[in-house]
Amino acid sequence: MRKNIIYVLAVVAAVLLVRNLEVILLRVPVDAEQGNVYRNLYFHVPSAFTSLLGSILAAVASIAYLVYKDLKYDALAVATVEVAMVMLTVTMVTGSIWARVTWGIWWTWDARLTSTFVGWLLSIGYLVLRTAIEEPTARARISAVYAIFASADVPIIWFSIEWFRTQHPAPVLRAGGYIDPAMKSALYWNVPAILLVGVILVLLRLRQEEMRRELDGLRRLAHTLS
Amino acid sequence: MAAWRLVLIVAHKDLRAELRTKEAINSSFSFALVILLLFSFAFDPTAEVTREISGGLLWIAFAFAGALILNRSFAREQPNDCLDALIAAPVPSAALFLGKALANWLLLLGVEAFCFPVFGIFYNIRWTRQFWPLLLVVVLGTWGFTLIGTMFSALTVNIRLREVMLPLLVYTVMTPCLLAAMQATSLLLAGEPLAGEAAVWLRFLIGFDVIFTSLSLILVETVLAG
Repeated sequence: MRKNIIYVLAVVAAVLLVRNLEVILLRVPVDAEQGNVYRNLYFHVPSAFTSLLGSILAAVASIAYLVYKDLKYDALAVATVEVAMVMLTVTMVTGSIWARVTWGIWWTWDARLTSTFVGWLLSIGYLVLRTAIEEPTARARISAVYAIFASADVPIIWFSIEWFRTQHPAPVLRAGGYIDPAMKSALYWNVPAILLVGVILVLLRLRQEEMRRELDGLRRLAHTLS
Repeated sequence: MAAWRLVLIVAHKDLRAELRTKEAINSSFSFALVILLLFSFAFDPTAEVTREISGGLLWIAFAFAGALILNRSFAREQPNDCLDALIAAPVPSAALFLGKALANWLLLLGVEAFCFPVFGIFYNIRWTRQFWPLLLVVVLGTWGFTLIGTMFSALTVNIRLREVMLPLLVYTVMTPCLLAAMQATSLLLAGEPLAGEAAVWLRFLIGFDVIFTSLSLILVETVLAG
């Protein structure tokens, strides 16, 4: 049943992505000031949004694990952190390419860039920490505590660095600047597409974790029987 | 017994153990000197620019040298199963943690008290001009990173490869604390009063300390006792 849901979602995501690619690459007008490079915005913003959502979900799942001590929340936490990390990488790479063309530099230590980078490092830390602990419940417990610390850190980092320096363009959609309706709709269409890719990856990863747990259980059983 | 007495007993025990051997504070202080030496190659130590980044240099030295003390905090209890005895003792985990953090904090402040004059001489900085505001920043900043360091020392105490991954975990999580301490210290060393920008950073430090002290006290039970 779960497998079928994943297949259906994958088909929907594929159709949506193909449709969006056609719109993004062929239909949407060229930006008056930035030229064609602005088109990576259609991936930059949705992946940033997906990673943010993933990180919030991971924090909630970590708290849920500590409250209910159920390993399925731990599986959810690791799946969402991994996917959020990938999405954050996409965000930074697309942003970097855009910055090279528009600002003339690959990177700058601006507030958003710096806090994104710290967030990325925090998720790397989470994944590295997990690799070092063998015992499943200890791994779940310790990484949940780390995840709570990391997620408490993110807003503080965000505000401190925001206050420190900002160069990143203001959010286009909220700032009230003019944006071509075709561009806006292309962006709005690609958010659910990328989000769906994220959801599919999380579901796949969850299945993998479940199978691993089952395998561990069977191995232990075989060990006691032999 | 009142909780604060237990805290003091644990802190007293740790301080006495450390002051008898002085192994951590000696290596920590010497390491801080090495870092100050290396910085003199990276920047022209007499230039005016160095004065502007002096707060940053100083805190990097403190953070790296301090890690030597903090990392050992719980690992030191490993031989002879002292940690198990401490956890089994009728001391709440929060009191145990707070006691250890308190001892580490005092040791770090001691190391820093030696570093300041040396730094002033080597880099020609008059750090005594604003002694009291500076002391406040140092005390709060050191508490912030002692807290994270001690917590992560507890978190990773049973993990293989702990020395390898601890820096990655600790320095990322303490980023906002170090940022605020660096900025405030640089401003004070430049002769500015504790108002305006410096006061904002000081408030950041207080906020960080309050949030992470409470988080640690809530979560330490889960970390130590499981």
